[in-house]
Amino acid sequence: MSVQSRQTPTLPPQRITIGERIGRLFYQIYAGVMGLLGWLAEPIQRLVGVKHMAYFFVLPNLLVFGIFVLFPMLLNIYYSFTGGSALFPQDRPFVGLQNYQRIFDCGNLLDPATCREDRFWRGFFNTAFYVVFQVGGMVLLSMLTAVVLNRSLLGRGFFRSIFFYPVLLSPVVVALIWKWLLQRDGLINAWLVSMGMERILFFLNANWAVFWVIFISIWAQMGFYTLILLAGLQSIPKDMYEAADMDGASRWQSFRGITLPLLMPTLLVVLVLSVIRAVQVFDQVWVLTGGGPGTATVYVVQYIYETAFANQTRQYGLASAASVILGMILLVLTLFQLRVGRKSDIA
Amino acid sequence: MHRYRYAALLAVLLIFALVVSACAPAAVAPSAPAADSAATQAPAAEAPAAEAPVGVTELRITWYDDGNEGAVLRDLLDRFEANNPDIKVVIDTVDYASGIQQTLPIQLEAGEGSDMARVTQLGIMSKYMLDLRPYLSDPAYWEENFGPFLKWMQATPDGDAIPGFMTQLTVTGPFINRTLFEQAGVPVPSDSSDQVTWQEWAAAARQVADATGTFAMVMDRSGHRLAGPAISMGAKYFDADGNVALVGDQGFKDMAQLMVDWHADGTMYPDTWIGSAGSYVAGNVPFVNAQIVFYMSGSWQVGQFNANIGDAFDWEAVPNPCGPGGCTGMPGGAALVALNTSKNPEAVARVMEYLTQEDVMEEFYARTLFIPGHLGLAAKGVEFQAELPQTLKSLNVFAAEVGKLAPLAYDLQAYKYNTILFNANRDRLTQVFTGELTLDEAIQRMQEDIEAGIAAQQ
Repeated sequence: MSVQSRQTPTLPPQRITIGERIGRLFYQIYAGVMGLLGWLAEPIQRLVGVKHMAYFFVLPNLLVFGIFVLFPMLLNIYYSFTGGSALFPQDRPFVGLQNYQRIFDCGNLLDPATCREDRFWRGFFNTAFYVVFQVGGMVLLSMLTAVVLNRSLLGRGFFRSIFFYPVLLSPVVVALIWKWLLQRDGLINAWLVSMGMERILFFLNANWAVFWVIFISIWAQMGFYTLILLAGLQSIPKDMYEAADMDGASRWQSFRGITLPLLMPTLLVVLVLSVIRAVQVFDQVWVLTGGGPGTATVYVVQYIYETAFANQTRQYGLASAASVILGMILLVLTLFQLRVGRKSDIA
Repeated sequence: MHRYRYAALLAVLLIFALVVSACAPAAVAPSAPAADSAATQAPAAEAPAAEAPVGVTELRITWYDDGNEGAVLRDLLDRFEANNPDIKVVIDTVDYASGIQQTLPIQLEAGEGSDMARVTQLGIMSKYMLDLRPYLSDPAYWEENFGPFLKWMQATPDGDAIPGFMTQLTVTGPFINRTLFEQAGVPVPSDSSDQVTWQEWAAAARQVADATGTFAMVMDRSGHRLAGPAISMGAKYFDADGNVALVGDQGFKDMAQLMVDWHADGTMYPDTWIGSAGSYVAGNVPFVNAQIVFYMSGSWQVGQFNANIGDAFDWEAVPNPCGPGGCTGMPGGAALVALNTSKNPEAVARVMEYLTQEDVMEEFYARTLFIPGHLGLAAKGVEFQAELPQTLKSLNVFAAEVGKLAPLAYDLQAYKYNTILFNANRDRLTQVFTGELTLDEAIQRMQEDIEAGIAAQQ
């Protein structure tokens, strides 16, 4: 066979799929954007040096944080030292600690009736009660649900979706759905009457109203925390359970000795997130009960809203002082959680 | 590769330009300097409206509806726009409690309000009103026909501003469900006596409620609604210096005690006052559903009862019940006022002048079934467009009640801080119903809330 007769084999024409085309397009856009960023970043890097380029990259996020979080927060603190009903800070007289003094002007801090700003303290104690029972109940139920959903049961995916579904609903929708169920002429009362029983006026009895507010918020949020705990459970190595099984440990011993300690970091995250969310409770309850009956379901955020906006006197300074106090409580709770979390990491 | 890089760069720039242009205010037409600003200042619940063409001034009205008045106003404004093609008026209909009472004052405080608004709390809102006097062709006409009500809209006691006109005069007073009385075989107390006390009405309504499985009474959750009955029971509200003085006001306490007792013994439908906190709640829904024998509200309900109840059962207004202090309701009403956030005061004045023409107002009142807030029309009489006898009878009852209002009721309505007073009455009294406070504690708290509220305003 002569050398000339050996020809390079012709390759079949390359076929580009739609997926590849889309991929290329995205790459080209990505490359273009990166090129643009590079074009912007290069002169800046020359100007400030490589060391300081990190500031350039965090700048956009810092700006957003500064404008939409830090500045309003500082403005709120300033408002808490001002009085009057004017909206703009320059029109508001400085009153020092007057708003704080008014909130803390109490004969007995544990008895709202003895406080000058009794509605703040009623809201405060209502919130404390809500946080303890809502968070306690929710963490416990989320934990139980996550443990059950972590086992191989029939229709596990379906149940996971069902438990997560309420999380997708807006708090206002959740409140309206339950209001229609629970009100005087709601579905539950219609059913009770059809069964020959008396109506239960859920929203006119303080105990019932508080119970339903807590129950509904657990129902609405539980799926989210269940999902986090489920992820935590799935990260625990299976061989640890096998080893415990071989050593003759019971299920409860395995749970106490393996699951709980290894799940503790996740549990702490769940705890801090749910506590923060519980302290901020407002929208769902506002639609569901309006804070009633009386002030049984008025929480601190509702007090702040009403003092600043719903009440015609518009006492922005007082409302800001109350929100600063709320912020301080949240800060203390978060620092406490971080401290506990750090200790648990060390252990 | 460079080709793609430049193409992508252009694409990014194009997207950026689109985003920036979407965020920017619309172009300003020289002949219509504020048309666009009105559009950008519109509240969230604005009505869908096409962009005003160049050369057309767009005005916005923040409005709420009790009945059909929004539709009637739109109809009248359509005629105005047909004859005045350089002005377009958009009506933004909002909820009364959240839109008018809560959001509008904050928008106005921030300088972001509409051109006109329909408001009820005239004293406290007066600082946001625009004096149309310099823009009106005939201020004397306004003084002649709206004079007494203009006093309610003054920011200072000696002011002479003309900010707007009353879309309706209102009088508080009760409605009854006569059909329930007939079913129970209980005579209607006002059929045999001109002066029926609150206690007599409550007793009769309880009898009817017991026989028909309904609730005896409901009152709108409002301090304003409570004020007429309280004055009838002898409440004074003010001390000799003109300051609010509820502590020691026996008449006020007596009425408050009646409310407490009626909530405790089930005479009052509890959902309206107890089932809420911190806001106004109307009691009209259970009345429309025939669940209530006696409903304390006011003349503004006539239009919607005419539409929503019709002749499904016999409903009617009855004269205000009596007490040691008289038999009075409270005056009030809603006004359409110009706002100082408007960039087009001349155009606003033209709209206002059109709406206050006697024939236009007559049509408005006749179709909405509102008691006229125009003295000329009130004297002449309005032929209301209603066929139901209960509607016409109710309008006559309320018209007669105007003449029976106590002077204190007018003083209280003209009091600049009456909203603070009414809200404190409403919220603290509810706490007594739920057992959180005693009546004496609640009255003490009301006094403190009012003083703190007034201090914050000053």
